[in-house]
Amino acid sequence: MKISVTVNGTDHQRDVEPRLLLIHFLRDELRLTGAHWGCDTSNCGACVVWLDETPVKSCTVLAVMADGHRVTTIEGLARGGVLDPVQDAFAACHGLQCGFCTPGMIMTARWLLDHNPDPSAAEIREAISGQVCRCTGYENIVRSVLRAAGHDGNDGGASG
Amino acid sequence: MQVPAQVEYEKATSVEQALALLARYAPGARVLAGGHSLIPMMKLRLVQPEVLVDINAITGLRYIEAAGAELRIGALARHADLLAAPVAGEHFTILHDAERVIADPVVRNWGTIGGSLCQADPSEDLSAAFAALKGSMIIHGPDGSREVSARAFHTGPYQTVVGPAEMLTEIRLPIRPGRLTGGSAYMKVARRAGDWPIGAAGAAVWLAGDVISDVGIGLTAVGATHFVAAEAEEFLRGRPADEPTLARAGEIAAEHCRPASDQRGPADYKRHLVQELTTRVLRTAVRRGREARGLAS
Repeated sequence: MKISVTVNGTDHQRDVEPRLLLIHFLRDELRLTGAHWGCDTSNCGACVVWLDETPVKSCTVLAVMADGHRVTTIEGLARGGVLDPVQDAFAACHGLQCGFCTPGMIMTARWLLDHNPDPSAAEIREAISGQVCRCTGYENIVRSVLRAAGHDGNDGGASG
Repeated sequence: MQVPAQVEYEKATSVEQALALLARYAPGARVLAGGHSLIPMMKLRLVQPEVLVDINAITGLRYIEAAGAELRIGALARHADLLAAPVAGEHFTILHDAERVIADPVVRNWGTIGGSLCQADPSEDLSAAFAALKGSMIIHGPDGSREVSARAFHTGPYQTVVGPAEMLTEIRLPIRPGRLTGGSAYMKVARRAGDWPIGAAGAAVWLAGDVISDVGIGLTAVGATHFVAAEAEEFLRGRPADEPTLARAGEIAAEHCRPASDQRGPADYKRHLVQELTTRVLRTAVRRGREARGLAS
């Protein structure tokens, strides 16, 4: 089936099988390997991208469902070579260790801050509660998002 | 790597078109909404539809609105829509209680209310909430539409009354006159955040003074017929909304459900959960009803 998807502002036309999952369309067809293919069961959130304006787990969306829509991946966050403040904050606060969960975490965090510019640590934890960091580096992930929201990143500690 | 079997794909932009496609391809067609139940089942090859009828473009099926004496929820409303809708929480706190513990925020962004109901997982949360609220489902088919009680919608695990050439289009929840004397609540115990329940209970209570004039109790994941604790409801009707009565209702609910031991826990533990959760949601629903009455007076 022929589909047309705008990914990170660029139009792509491809002929795909209806059973092709969006994560594989992005990674294998478009070679955008930023979104990671993790648990394959919509539990881990490594594959989170935006479909139009909404974060979705792209291992549980068919590529044909994105036909005529916009997709934003981690590769689309930086503007003119300048990292998004969430990306900067993850680097500054050691919000990533192995980095596998990071693209999904950042896409969800960016969406959270777009809708709630000053979230509490608890609200951040709720927002990423469907995403797994197997390094268990959650403390620094929460600090990173707090820093991106304009806090110093030190108030999201264990008590948060 | 989990890959669905080969499948054809059709996109519907209206209910009429979706019904025509379903009629053409029945019984091999399945409605595709959010896909967060269907696609995992297809990946595991537990279901292998020949044709998917994608209804996501039927934007007119995505709404949550109070209309007359009903709250109406379009089948394509996302779980996140229901959680974010003030009108839903204003009338039925149980819906927001339940949505906060259904899957996780990203899954709620895309999974739909209608899809969850039609998947008919015996551990699904809203099935219990809608049963407690004594709602109904609107089903469209080749011969027009029909309304089915939420308590008659499921015919068994993963089975509903929706036929192969039909589709669920709307959920209706009655808003009773004098709703300010009613309250509702939902509680769930799960192994971890975002998981399916080990057991969960929801209650809606309508008070006449301090007497329970009507009540709905929904249970999920514990083998309750039609997701309802009918015997406990019957016991409560006409009795005072006091602590011993609510505690006894919890015991009755636990006696009559039929949980199975599985990877989520042993049957005895689930029965204990039913007793405790039923009593707690009744207590909370009564308190909320009284608070609402206090605000109104």
